[in-house]
Amino acid sequence: MSTDVAVLGAGMHPWGKWGRSFVTYGTAAARAALADAGLEWTEVGAVVGADTVRGGYPGHVAGATFARALGWQGARVTSVYAACASGAQAIAAARAQILAGLADVVLVVGADAAPKGFFAPAGGDRPDDPDWLRFRVLGATNPAYFGLYARRRMALHGDGPEDFALVKVKNAAAGALNPNARYRVPVSAEEVAASPVVADPLRLLDICATSDGAAALVLTSLDFARARGVADPVRIRAVSTVTPAYPRTELDLPDIATDSAAAVAPAPGSFRSALARAAYEEAGLGPEDLSLAEVYDLSTALELEWYEDIGLCGEGEGAKLVREGATALGGRIPVNPSGGLASFGEAVPAQAIAQVCELTWQLRGTAGARQVAGARVGISANQGLFGHGSAVVAVR
Amino acid sequence: MARTRTPVVAGWFTDDVQAEDGSGERGFRLLGTRCTACGSVFFPREDAYCRNPHCAGDELVEVPLSPRGTVWSYTDGRYRPPAPYVSDPAVPWEPYTLVAVELAAERMVVLGQAAPGVTVADLAVGMTVEVVPGVLDEDAGGVRTTWHFRPVPEASGPQARTARESS
Repeated sequence: MSTDVAVLGAGMHPWGKWGRSFVTYGTAAARAALADAGLEWTEVGAVVGADTVRGGYPGHVAGATFARALGWQGARVTSVYAACASGAQAIAAARAQILAGLADVVLVVGADAAPKGFFAPAGGDRPDDPDWLRFRVLGATNPAYFGLYARRRMALHGDGPEDFALVKVKNAAAGALNPNARYRVPVSAEEVAASPVVADPLRLLDICATSDGAAALVLTSLDFARARGVADPVRIRAVSTVTPAYPRTELDLPDIATDSAAAVAPAPGSFRSALARAAYEEAGLGPEDLSLAEVYDLSTALELEWYEDIGLCGEGEGAKLVREGATALGGRIPVNPSGGLASFGEAVPAQAIAQVCELTWQLRGTAGARQVAGARVGISANQGLFGHGSAVVAVR
Repeated sequence: MARTRTPVVAGWFTDDVQAEDGSGERGFRLLGTRCTACGSVFFPREDAYCRNPHCAGDELVEVPLSPRGTVWSYTDGRYRPPAPYVSDPAVPWEPYTLVAVELAAERMVVLGQAAPGVTVADLAVGMTVEVVPGVLDEDAGGVRTTWHFRPVPEASGPQARTARESS
């Protein structure tokens, strides 16, 4: 049995700091995706929302809010939250409904209106929440963890700040070509080096911003796509949302310590690599089949980790790839041709959906100036707090 | 006048563990828990269940963690973190250092602030550090205590006594 679903529509509200409600952004992205699919909202059988936790009460930040904004029409609704992987879980839920025959057309929406500055936990006195504790006890912001990973790479693999800067230069060059990106100007290595240190060894331009933005997809069964005359749609072939394996030996947000490996030997490979491996296995494809990848470059150094985790190179060889230009537009395996988080800034519930929008446009061959020639297979990958993460494989 | 000293989180550390050097001194340690069924160690402590997927254990006992470890990585905070981190917005922000420390016996990595005055320039991956008592913040209501890591002085060998701060 095929586990493919068709991507008939993809749409975004441009990333930025627009000062409006997440509902406005999400509704605009949904309308754009429906128009792209050539479908009416009233033809949608189910809507899946990636929750916008900073928007307030869980009932308000959910899929139903988008269904109301688009006009109540009786579609079934699902809402999911999985930190940075929320959008991918929304895609997974939509795909499961289509493959189960519960719906032919599903709209997936994620949108955020992010506050300025460091992400912070919800208020109150909540010592049972690990996210609250890491701020209260350590003041450990997200960039602090990115700094720890970057320093570890420098010590283990000999990477330098100049390697990290190359990632920003590469992603800014691609983002300059993307009308949906927030930052659309080229950045030089000198500009990265001149930006202030936030969390040693990382500088401001090594770390992604927090943004407003929205992304949406219209997913359908292959039969529905064929009936609408789309014989060769972009297809989502795999969605991995696996959890980590105990013991986790890499310090991860928002944890204050890793698991102990004293009683149980750790499995080889990182959580991030397990996310990608599960997606490759489900798709029956491997890294050698890829035309491009969209990975979660929360920091420049973290993008180099992803090269290794999704199998583009061996452990410790990430910096070599970016130095060679292999992952730039026009390189052997372009990574983040959208410009990545470096050019977008993070709009949490929208981001994993935005990654799949870029895969869709690249696989259709409609990515304009940032088109990867002859793209046939793409993977997106991300990781969020509390053991959430995802990888999506799309094909044409 | 003595001010109230309250741990920032209850049950995560103590200054009353028998030192390992036989001196009879009581020393400062982080406190974790160990599953009595499989031996898995947890910090921050798990008291109600063991998180080893192959173990159904629900009896965990408190254990002091190793007083020393090696630096897994380190960074610093050049900008003021948001609440609930406590800092006085009227006072210019003083960067502090964060250290991730690998404990050999427990085979785990624990994060902590470095002792005041320790900067990233004082640290290297693989360096030996020790856990010491520290102050997180203080106000009219008293002092919130925490744990800090600091490099073990060069001259100090493995027989060195567990460090104590007089504050």
